[in-house]
Amino acid sequence: MSVKGSKPKFAMYWASSCGGCEIAVLNTGLKILDVDAAFDVAFWPVAMDAKYKDVEALPDGAITLTLFNGGIRNDENAAMAKLLRRKSQILVAFGSCATEGCIPGLANLSPAREVFDTAYGTVTTENPKGVRPQPETRVPEGVLHIPVFSPTVRTLEQVVPVDYSMPGCPPESHQIAMVIDLVIQALQGKAQLPPKGATIGAGASTVCDECPRQRNVKKITKFVRIQELESVDPNLCLLEQGIPCNGPAIRNGCGALCPRAGAQCIGCYGPAEGVVDNGARLITAFASVVDSNDPVEIERILDGIPDPAGQFYRFNLAGSLLHASRAVR
Amino acid sequence: MTTQPQGPSQSEEKIGVYVCHCGSNIAGTVDVAEVREWAGQRLAGRGVTVARDYKFMCSSLGQELIEKDIKEQGLSRVVVAACSPHLHEGTFRTACGRAGLNPYLCELVSIREQVSWVHTDKHAATDKAKAVVSGGVERVRHHVPLVPLRVAIHPDTLVVGGGIAGIQAALELADAGKKVYLVERDPSIGGHMAQFDKTFPTLDCAACILTPRMVSAGNHPNITLLTWSEVTEVHGYVGNFTVKIRQRARHVKTELCTGCGICQEKCPKKVIDDVYEAGLGYRKAVYTPFPQAVPKYPVIDVENCTYFRKGTCRACEKLCPTGAIDFAQKDEVLTVQVGNIILATGYDLFDPQRVTQYGYGRLANVFTSLEFERLTNAAGPTNGAIVLRDGKTVPKSVGIIHCVGSRDRNFNNYCSAICCMQSLKFAHLVKERTGATVYNFYIDIRTTAKAYDEFYQRVLEEGTLFVRGRVAEVTDAARLPGEEGKLILQVEDTLAGKQRRIPVDKVVLSAGLQPRADAKATAQVFGLSCSADGWFIEKHPKLDPVATMTEGVFIAGCVSGPKDIPASVAQGSAAAARVLSTIDKGEITLEPVRASINATQCSGCRICNTLCPFGAISFLEADRVSEVNPALCQGCGTCVAACPAGAISGTGFSNDQVLSQIEGLLMLNVAYA
Repeated sequence: MSVKGSKPKFAMYWASSCGGCEIAVLNTGLKILDVDAAFDVAFWPVAMDAKYKDVEALPDGAITLTLFNGGIRNDENAAMAKLLRRKSQILVAFGSCATEGCIPGLANLSPAREVFDTAYGTVTTENPKGVRPQPETRVPEGVLHIPVFSPTVRTLEQVVPVDYSMPGCPPESHQIAMVIDLVIQALQGKAQLPPKGATIGAGASTVCDECPRQRNVKKITKFVRIQELESVDPNLCLLEQGIPCNGPAIRNGCGALCPRAGAQCIGCYGPAEGVVDNGARLITAFASVVDSNDPVEIERILDGIPDPAGQFYRFNLAGSLLHASRAVR
Repeated sequence: MTTQPQGPSQSEEKIGVYVCHCGSNIAGTVDVAEVREWAGQRLAGRGVTVARDYKFMCSSLGQELIEKDIKEQGLSRVVVAACSPHLHEGTFRTACGRAGLNPYLCELVSIREQVSWVHTDKHAATDKAKAVVSGGVERVRHHVPLVPLRVAIHPDTLVVGGGIAGIQAALELADAGKKVYLVERDPSIGGHMAQFDKTFPTLDCAACILTPRMVSAGNHPNITLLTWSEVTEVHGYVGNFTVKIRQRARHVKTELCTGCGICQEKCPKKVIDDVYEAGLGYRKAVYTPFPQAVPKYPVIDVENCTYFRKGTCRACEKLCPTGAIDFAQKDEVLTVQVGNIILATGYDLFDPQRVTQYGYGRLANVFTSLEFERLTNAAGPTNGAIVLRDGKTVPKSVGIIHCVGSRDRNFNNYCSAICCMQSLKFAHLVKERTGATVYNFYIDIRTTAKAYDEFYQRVLEEGTLFVRGRVAEVTDAARLPGEEGKLILQVEDTLAGKQRRIPVDKVVLSAGLQPRADAKATAQVFGLSCSADGWFIEKHPKLDPVATMTEGVFIAGCVSGPKDIPASVAQGSAAAARVLSTIDKGEITLEPVRASINATQCSGCRICNTLCPFGAISFLEADRVSEVNPALCQGCGTCVAACPAGAISGTGFSNDQVLSQIEGLLMLNVAYA
């Protein structure tokens, strides 16, 4: 709770992420001034200088709202997740990485050693000595530590309890603005926060709900990549045209931006309400509408999806029931 | 034994766990006392307030244990670890109901079929039983009280297939005063039995016992006979099926036809009859398949009729005394409402041509069993004379090969059940009518039904020679003196322990039975499943052999596997009895396991729209959402799995129930208990 006369504290932290979430927050435009008006920024590495020890020094629960973006890739991410959990009243898993692992989560298909081999041992890396990151390095001045790489990418909720999840890669700015408004109003007693555990800043159905394309009964005889088509019907459901659009399984909230622009939904808003594993959902859904009973023909149709993990689990792998490939576990 | 857990529970539910010994069925492999004790202690934090084990939970004493605990300890959930829910789910639900607990708050987990019967390591099996119990406990916490659905039963019944099983079922129902639609694909009812001459083991004439039944079915005021017809679509659900039947144009006006037969007599076009006469005789382009056909009205075979092929002839039309021929007749589609369906679509004969080493189709005097039936039939192409392919020579020696296409891993692994007796019957008929030497080549003789083995003894005494061994080859290539002009059977006589070459004049291949070529399509129309062999699957192979997993659809006769005539008739009656019991009750109770769509979560992607095998899903154009009709839904779960948005859930199989059961199985609950 804020001390009388001082503003509630706000924090935003990035763990294993690209920084897009921060840009999306800044992209709310003038709304950012409302944040400044309503909150004291306690900790926001991308926006202002602060040290971990400053956060550690705060009393537990001192931060009213923390937006935590990024997945948990190493022990530093995990430690910060635990620290910010302790210090925050409201901890929001912000964006796809924090809620479901996102693109970095696809590393869960490979053991950590292979991830390093790709990063430090392929032709694009100049590394003649074959150096790999070590948690400890002795130098004349002493011992240097870098964070320990975890076997898998975990979502924030797989490490600490979270109060709300906000999906999106990144979350749409208008949704962020709405959430900020809501929290400010709640602090002023003008609105009520949703029940703990809820998904905020998104819809309760799927992308199709916001997609203006005509939908019919589906019978799929081939899957194609969009660039293989001579023309795409601007008014017809993409999936019905054989373009593997993930929209039917993906939570709405983005306004169906991609399908409106003629590109398939790739799933950045994550699983729909109540769905744990949207990859599994998509696989059964796509398989259900393949229009053939001939095993050879079915095989041919499904071959139209050359990268099933990338198609179905691009964002959701770490957060899915699978979490990681067997080789990793 | 009972374990009463100590300490506070973190759950508001009071769950009773009952572990069954099933005599030694479970207790022989699973340490039930240990499972009971473990559940009582380790799952106490998950709400288990009492855990018991008992020798037979399904006994009345076992059930009373549960009832007593519900009443005295106020249990709110029950988990019984025993056999498969197929067997005793009903028993324990009813017991809970008697004690005032909603029956659907009881979960039966299988530690017999899924644990004790499939494991030998007692320690590991006990651990697995604990996991299964733990899964059940987690699941049952998410159960909700349900009320069974009641559905009114339309009193009419559809019987598909006019063979002896279908006729029997139709007559039983009709005699009980119920209306029946009997649909037959061929121009006449009668089925395979109408093609036989004698029936084993009594040797009474097939036609003499069958045709009175056919006539009764044809004349019965309660039976609507639809021959030359096929069911094309079935919609609806038990009690209320809507069935579309395509009635092919007979090109004969049945209201005018007297069945006088002049058209058949005068028709100039002869066609080889490869259905009824097994290719040994001819019929006309306008025909009834056999003299005693029911109904008596002929059909015009459009593919062979000169008028339909060339536009001229019309002999039948000109000569019909009642003007009953109608070339302009069109196929008609009938829609009927029925409450139950009995499928008795029978079997196809195995095609012996596939066993190339037996030379059928290549060696003239190799016959199939059906051809032989026609030869022995007094109304057949030779008036019952057993002769060679030339139509006149009487064979001096005949070889009968059993198990052609059956018990053979190249074709069908199963035993066709009727071929032993059929082959013995053939041996007897050959002996009786020609005095020829008869060899029967068998693997094992299976004569298990009433009076069958006595018939075998009789055939043995008549002097038929039995050679135990699978015939390797039938050939006309003579190698030894005395083999010229004969068919030689090369066989290992496994009793004598040597190879033999036996020359005969004629070979009969006792072909097995196999599912109808279109069985899978039929299964799809009626929403049934086929075994790997292609036979329709019974609800329970022993205890419910004429019901199927689809409520209201029953099966009788060879459609579920090879059977002889008595068994087929018995199944026809049994299926009728099952149907009658539902009609007389007027309504039936259905499991309230249904899918439902959460309209808020549904975005109308329409992926589910074509998937429902029961046509229960419709798309509401105005609201742009899909909807499940609970009366049509059978709770199969197809749409639940397919819905990409997770907007469809199945009662009893919610995400919470399934995922928590998995957590329980993985013992995650014990970790956080």
